[in-house]
Order: sequence, then C-alpha cells, then structure tokens
Amino acid sequence: MSGRRPIPFAALKAAVFVLALLPFVQLSYSALWNVEALGPNPAETLTRTLGDWTLRFLLLTLAVTPLRRLFGLPDLARLRRMLGLYAFFYALLHFACYIAFDQVFDAGEILRDVMKRPFITLGMIALLLMLPLAFTSTNAMVKRLGARRWTRLHRAVYLIAALGVVHFWMMVKRDITEPAIYAVLLALLLGYRVAAWRRTETSRAAGARRRTA
Amino acid sequence: MLIKRPADIRPSEITPETVYRERRHFMRMAGAGVLYAAGMRFAAAGAEQAYPPLEGPIAKSAYSTTEEPNSWDAITQYNNYYEFGSGKRDPSRHAHRLQVRPWTVVIEGEVARPRTIGIEELLKLPLEERIYRLRCVEAWSMVIPWVGFEFNKLAALVEPTSKAKFVEFTTVYQPENMPGTRLPVLEWPYVEGLRIDEAMHPLTIMAVGLYGRVLPNQNGAPLRLVVPWKYGFKSAKSIVRIRFTEQQPRTAWEKAAPHEYGFYANVNPAVNHPRWSQKREKRLPAFFASRETQPFNGYAEQVAHLYAGMDLRKYY
Repeated sequence: MSGRRPIPFAALKAAVFVLALLPFVQLSYSALWNVEALGPNPAETLTRTLGDWTLRFLLLTLAVTPLRRLFGLPDLARLRRMLGLYAFFYALLHFACYIAFDQVFDAGEILRDVMKRPFITLGMIALLLMLPLAFTSTNAMVKRLGARRWTRLHRAVYLIAALGVVHFWMMVKRDITEPAIYAVLLALLLGYRVAAWRRTETSRAAGARRRTA
Repeated sequence: MLIKRPADIRPSEITPETVYRERRHFMRMAGAGVLYAAGMRFAAAGAEQAYPPLEGPIAKSAYSTTEEPNSWDAITQYNNYYEFGSGKRDPSRHAHRLQVRPWTVVIEGEVARPRTIGIEELLKLPLEERIYRLRCVEAWSMVIPWVGFEFNKLAALVEPTSKAKFVEFTTVYQPENMPGTRLPVLEWPYVEGLRIDEAMHPLTIMAVGLYGRVLPNQNGAPLRLVVPWKYGFKSAKSIVRIRFTEQQPRTAWEKAAPHEYGFYANVNPAVNHPRWSQKREKRLPAFFASRETQPFNGYAEQVAHLYAGMDLRKYY
C-alpha cells in the first residue's frame, strides 16, 4: 500500500458528536412528547437507558487505544476525549434521573439510600471519580498537570468502568446476561492493556540485557 | 364485624376505559408527532381485543376507588411474575405458554366439605368490578380495575371449620412452560398466605378479569388473589390450591428473604424495606416517586382494626 490516507478528521469528529448525541435526543423527545414509547414506567426506562449509554461510552473510550494500535489509526486518539466526556454526560443525566425521579431531591433519603444499597454506593463512587477526569479534560489542564501526572490520573477510568459494570451487575441480580456482556468486553479491553504492558516490559528488559552484554 | 365503607366512593365518577383512552389520545395529539401518535394508538388499542369480555353481568362496587385506572397496556406489560422471568416485560412475553385450561382448584384442609372446583364453575359466581390501588413492595403503584368475587364467597362453598386460622394459596407450577423457574430465584411453586380474618375480609377478592375482560395470563389467569392493602407479592397468581390451615403458612418470599419480606406485608410508610424506603411511591406512569405512601395502601379505614394491638414493626 502506498501510505495511509489521513482520516478526514473534522468530518469524523462531527459525525461522532452527532451520533453520540442521538440517544439523548431520542430520550428527550420521548420524555417530552411521546412518553408512551418509554413504557409503563417511563422514569425507570429513562434512568436505565441512560445508565446503559454511560457504560457503552465508557467501553468505547477504552476501545480507542486498542483500535488505533490494532488498525494502525493513531488519529483515533483525537476522539477519545469526546467519547469520555459523553460517558460523563450520560452518567450525570443517569444520576439526575435517580435524584429527581426516585428520590424527589430528598437529601436525607438519598444519603440513607447511598449507605444502604451497595450498588448505589458503587455507582456514586464511580460518578465521583469521573468528576476530576472531566474537569482535567481540557488541553490547558493536560499542560498544567504535565502529561505524566495527567496520564496517571486518567488511569482512574479503568476503575470507573469496572465500578460501572459491577453497579449494573448488582442491580440486576437475577438475569445477568446483559451485565455479563459488558463485563466480558471490559475484560477484553483491560486484558489488551495488560498484554501490551507485558510486551513492553519484556522488550525493555531484553533491550537492557543487550546493552549490558 | 363492622365493615366501614370508604368515604371517597362516587361510582358515577369511575372513568370508563374508552373515556380514559380518549383523554390520553387528546393529550397525545396535543403534543408533537400527530401521525406517529395515531399509529401508536392504533397499535395500543388492539391489545385487549384478544381477550374476550367476561360473560354475565359485572356489578359495580362501593369498594372501588374513583382514581383513574392505568391503561390496559401498562397493567399487562409491567408485571412481576417470576415464573416467567424477573424482568417487568418477561411475563407479557412468555406467559402465553401457560396452560389455563383445563383448570381446577383444590380446596382442602380445615374445611367441612373439601372440594376440587373447575374454573368454569367459579366463573359462574356473581362477578363484581373492583377498582383497587396496587402497591408493589418496589415502591411503584397502579390503579387496576379487577373483576372477581370476594374470597369469602369461595370459602362458603367449602365451609371452613373453627380450626381454620390461616389460608395458604399455591400458584400453578408448569416448569416446562415457565422459563423463569429454571433459575432458583424462589422455591417453586409460589406459596402465599393470609390470616383467616384477612382472607374473609370483603376487600379480599379472587380476580378472574381485568377491564371486564378475561384475565391475561401474565396477570395471574385464570384465578388470582387480590389483597389491596398489602404489597403486591401477597396477591398470589394462577391459583391451583387453597388450603385452610391451623398453622401460619410459610410463604415463598419469607423463605427466600425472611428479613425483607414478612408474612403480613401490609403497606406501611413507617416500616421500610431493609434496602429501601417505603415512605413514598411512584404512581405509574408518573415520573416522580412523589406520592406519600398511605398506611394499608389507603384502606386503613376498612382493615386497620384487624391489627389492633399488634406491633406492625415486628409483624411486617
């Protein structure tokens, strides 16, 4: 092949932005004008669907690095921030639904609920961990923190995704098919990183041996 | 026993389903997407047509609430019937597999005349419409226009003896037709129970219909219990056995999680489920769980005396 053609990046980014917004547009439309499409318990449908999209965007964010390496598309990294911020966006809406619909803004009840129900506790921790990541997502913040510290901080996304999957798993309890699918995908994405890390460690060690020889 | 009538009954104000549906339709049309909404209405209005109207007259009842009933679709597509799966949509997807004919109910135990009664005979009993609030232990509620007869009418057929202190209800167990029973979620068959005075209370009914039509399988066809002042799980579905007993029956949920589900399970805002609050409820299809839970689900006037002197925190 005669060299890679560069991805038309602006167009791709715009397309992903619009696509990622579609679940929000569709849910908002249903909630406002076609509530029957959300079924007999519309608030529950909203909350759960927003939770699903949070997990999907977390996994998509984590898929960026493996995909760009496997397919030789380094430019994909430029989509990662947007995907991560979308995960945060859907997580916030998911949380807002819980606060508004389930708890009707009753702070005392929310606190009791967070303490009493482990799956709520985990979801809350995951959301809190997302805050510093979203806050430090700008270029200016990357500069201010320095690439190294920034990268270390943003490794929290592995924990966040794991907490998210466990949160879903614990909520379901009976039929675990769906959370199991998310768990397998997450395991693959994290497994890829472990394997990649092992490879670099081995080659580094080999390099060190060559140098000393 | 003095049974007080509820104060809020105005049978003339009960909304017929057609009026209710038209109101909803108007509201939908007033929103956006008129053509799409018209399509939705057409699809939704068809669902109950598959269930024939019950035969014979259906009397109105002073025990019915004047609150607006939930739609046919809501009542038949949002169910807890774990034998068909634990998702709310699972029962409506799988319950068509339930074999509801032939159907007999064995009535036995502490009775003078134990009997096995065919469903056809029970359907000939005088039927009443009872529009009741249904409060699920999961903190949502609906209003449901059941059709049925008081349990005490059924009991009269078998003459319970003075030893009959409790009544045990057993749900049908058809593992080959019930995909949910493959998982050991509960001990099957499902068993529920009432104290005899609770069972004989005129609010306690055996339902055979919904909106004047034959009861859909996912709602507990062909014959189910409805005890409106208790959490929904007490109202056992698809009943095949009724046993009058001297000892308190051990119910399916008590066996599965005794600290979470007691024998009495009266709706009570002051006694929380160990894992969540019962203070408020969500009246579907509302978005907000902003409705205050009422003691005995709003039937305190009729049933609170049954529990006089009992510590309802202990007997939850």
